[in-house]
Amino acid sequence: MPVNANSDQVLPALLARHRHNPTRLVQILREAQEALGWLSPQTLGIIAAGIDLPLARVTGVAGFYSFFHTEPRGRYRVLWSDNITDRMLGNQDLMQEMCKSLWLEAGHLSEDGLVSVDTTSCTGMCDQGPAILVNYRAITRMTSQRVAEVCELIRTETPVEQWPADFFNIDNNIQRADILLRSSLPPGDALRAAIARKPGAQSTLDEIKRSNLRGRGGAGFTTGLKWEACRNATGSGATPARYIVCNADEGEPGTFKDRVLLTEQADLVFEGMTVAGYVVGAHKGLIYLRGEYRYLLDHLESVLARRRAEGLLGHNILQQPGFDFDIEIHLGAGAYICGEESALIESLEGKRGVPRNRPPFPVTNGYLDQPTTVNNVETLAAAALIAKHGGDWFRQIGTEKSAGTKILSISGDCARPGIYEYPFGVSIAQVLEDCGATNVQAVQVSGPSGVCVAADDFKRRIGFEDLATAGAFMIFGDKRDMFEVARNFAHFFAHESCGFCTPCRVGTTLLKNCMDKIHAGHGSEYDINEIFKINHLLQAASHCGLGHSACNPMFDTLQKFRPAYERRLKSLAFEPAFSLDDALAQARQMTGRDDAGAHLATSE
Amino acid sequence: MNPDMTEPVSSPLVSSTFTLDGDEIPYAPGQTVIQAALAAGKYIPHLCYHPEFKPHGSCKLCTVKVNGRPASSCTTAAQDGLNVESETPDIKDKRRTLVQMLLVEGNHFCPSCEKSGNCMLQGLAYDLGVMSPHFPQIFPTRPVDASHPDTLLDFNRCILCELCVRASSEVDHKGVFALSGRGITKHLIVNSESGRLGDTDFAATDKAAEVCPVGVILKKRVGFAVPIGERKYDPVPISVQTVSHTHKKETV
Amino acid sequence: MAAAITTPKLKVATTSLAGCFGCHMSFLDIDERILQLVELVEFDRSPLTDIKHCGANGLCDLGIIEGGVCNAENVHVLREFRKNCKILVAMGACAVNGGLPAQRNHIDLRDILEEVYHTSPGLAQGSQIPNDPELPLPLNKVHPIHEVVKIDYFLPGCPPSGDAIWKFLTDLIAGRTPTLSHELMHYD
Repeated sequence: MPVNANSDQVLPALLARHRHNPTRLVQILREAQEALGWLSPQTLGIIAAGIDLPLARVTGVAGFYSFFHTEPRGRYRVLWSDNITDRMLGNQDLMQEMCKSLWLEAGHLSEDGLVSVDTTSCTGMCDQGPAILVNYRAITRMTSQRVAEVCELIRTETPVEQWPADFFNIDNNIQRADILLRSSLPPGDALRAAIARKPGAQSTLDEIKRSNLRGRGGAGFTTGLKWEACRNATGSGATPARYIVCNADEGEPGTFKDRVLLTEQADLVFEGMTVAGYVVGAHKGLIYLRGEYRYLLDHLESVLARRRAEGLLGHNILQQPGFDFDIEIHLGAGAYICGEESALIESLEGKRGVPRNRPPFPVTNGYLDQPTTVNNVETLAAAALIAKHGGDWFRQIGTEKSAGTKILSISGDCARPGIYEYPFGVSIAQVLEDCGATNVQAVQVSGPSGVCVAADDFKRRIGFEDLATAGAFMIFGDKRDMFEVARNFAHFFAHESCGFCTPCRVGTTLLKNCMDKIHAGHGSEYDINEIFKINHLLQAASHCGLGHSACNPMFDTLQKFRPAYERRLKSLAFEPAFSLDDALAQARQMTGRDDAGAHLATSE
Repeated sequence: MNPDMTEPVSSPLVSSTFTLDGDEIPYAPGQTVIQAALAAGKYIPHLCYHPEFKPHGSCKLCTVKVNGRPASSCTTAAQDGLNVESETPDIKDKRRTLVQMLLVEGNHFCPSCEKSGNCMLQGLAYDLGVMSPHFPQIFPTRPVDASHPDTLLDFNRCILCELCVRASSEVDHKGVFALSGRGITKHLIVNSESGRLGDTDFAATDKAAEVCPVGVILKKRVGFAVPIGERKYDPVPISVQTVSHTHKKETV
Repeated sequence: MAAAITTPKLKVATTSLAGCFGCHMSFLDIDERILQLVELVEFDRSPLTDIKHCGANGLCDLGIIEGGVCNAENVHVLREFRKNCKILVAMGACAVNGGLPAQRNHIDLRDILEEVYHTSPGLAQGSQIPNDPELPLPLNKVHPIHEVVKIDYFLPGCPPSGDAIWKFLTDLIAGRTPTLSHELMHYD
């Protein structure tokens, strides 16, 4: 981050490049911060004036995303990925070491204003943790030695660009490849096949429908129906249009398959988007890439540039008159909720990432209120293969209800973490055997919002008819404390709740506090009942899926691992909500007292 | 969102109905469940819903069961034959829990609040029989803003319904209010570089000055004009009042 | 009254923690109904009796707490009540949600003590923050009582009216779940 960059010099050009367009606000804020280090009130004021929005609106958008700072955060911003898998690899001790070495407290800027160290939600490096982001560039496999090296580079104020390149190596770790990860489809082949299929785009839509392809983001909506609904919807307003959005906001803790797909098979994903554009009748595609994957941007832009040069993007693609399609990359800025498709669209429009009321759905009223197809990265890659090889080819892979393959992101207690692509229908037991996991007590399938599968159920299978998953597969050996797993997830949801609806905004924090209270040894049966009570409300009354599933980790573990909770409880029916003795600490300090009367046992 | 949803449609030629707790409720095309219910004299609790604004769906107090599935009645379009349940013990219990969540999220000290008695949150809490906040208090720190000559902002009581945000933007065309932060740190902010209301073009005559359902946006110098105990929701419960008010408007 | 012969009187204890005694004053607003009340109950520890500790003569049936928890002594008293009363009632806004005393919660306790004993005008020379072990230490924040012990019933109001208190108590004494009608339900 340049120190001396001046907002007067940087912002006018930046705003002009974005055509002073308020729907570009998230991108404007990100680029402004990259150039200036943080988003000062002055910077926000210039941006607000430049895109003709009230300052408060711009400040409100900046305040929504974790990666935007409206206060100085130092020239070096270190964020420790705090997924449970990072914790299992010792990230907490390493972070403490770093804080000690840099003479600072986590969450606070160092006194000289040079550096800050904090935690962040899972950065998608679970197979090579503990991971950090330094100025939003990922460093994986942190060790004590690497902590010391990083601290030294920070102390000597070495620009991150000059740090040893091998620090930033990220492994793909592909352990098992199938049709997607093994694909060597030449760029353009799927498009040529789609164009050749007569009488027109409808024929390729028919193939997608015949393939029985379903969304890979977890919800499993039938892709062909989504494309068809979007194709049949007519845009509205002055500039009617349709849009293809690729959801690469891979934020579900434990998921990192889109990172690898975009690294290894970017062409296939872009080809899938272009096929979707051809079928649906869209001229523009947008990729929403999570901010944690910022380092992929240059690679992806270069692939896009090459595809433009090859006539696979732009005007009259493959010499087809009127087949115009191009792709633009938007970067997220640290907000899990933007993985929800309508929140993602809000963010693409430069707003706070708050899920919309539905109906209407994005297929009719999406980006800029126009018909929009939002598909997962993996779905689009599969769609490209279907365009080439046909629906019948695809649906003979996998099971009857779950056609094709699924890429699993495997992390946690196993010998060979990484990326595994399986035909649907594989059992948990088989996966565990393949990745070298023994003495497993549980697998968290599809991340915190998914399900916790205990050993008795390892015969269950990956597929829409049994265990639907977005791909996360976190393994917990028999020495792991499942209460701590659930507590980590409770913190995650409280941090990532968008705050729109009452039950999720308040409920996720009450849950987090409840789990912390039990963790601190102050819990009672009462607190467990409170978890059930909050679960009951969140499932019924939350605005979106985040709230609906925010209690899942507690609910699942309380069903399957209740003793992990109970052994922490005081054997009392009720315990105070806060530590009574801690609550006397300030008064003790101010009075200098330390006698018996100056202390309170939290329970009698 | 159907743009017609902003205004309740009161067509005399109503032919379609849905059921609400067993009663037939007539509705006009474009109406939401809550609009039709209120027009028919059936109260459904709500805080962020306001008849003059587009449905928001954030407070969740108006949660009902529609054909067995939970839904916000302010964002659900009325449709023929829907089976809507509202006053069931389970739904009322959930609403109580929601009110309790709002009570512990902010700092709601009714005895020292000028809005007491005129406050929708309090009125709802009375109506639902909320005897305590139940959960541990969060006790957030939210400084008040007394910078404006005519209006006081006491953020301690904010329930984040966004009515002032919507009113200032859609009616006053000023954009004085916005939201920042997210999750439990979400908070109301004011459109000036200082962050103070006194440095905005806000006026006490703005629509945004009158829509706050709780005691955040308060007129200065009118404290205790009406004594405690004689205020809006003191004599008659909010449920009875809202419905008779809507009825009156309908008949006029 | 035959029933009075066979049914032993309920034993009731009351106390005020971080409150203003307003709820106890309001309690006296039941006026002559107190005569009916003493037919049904006898008072154990209470400001009305000046008995210093509850439970000396066995468990109390009902403990009524006014005020929130602002210092260590409040915690001890509250625990004594919980241990010695079958049913605990939070009476009034301060007990229910901390009330007016909790409005200090947004200020750091250190700043409060500093200002009260060191920096505010008009202090005696050499004024110090008292450190006498006889004085209970204040808690960082004021809390409602249900955050410290389990509370069975809540009676809101600042104070609850004499009528509300009467209704609540007669319900409890009769073994009914206490309810308040709209007129009696108040937070202010």
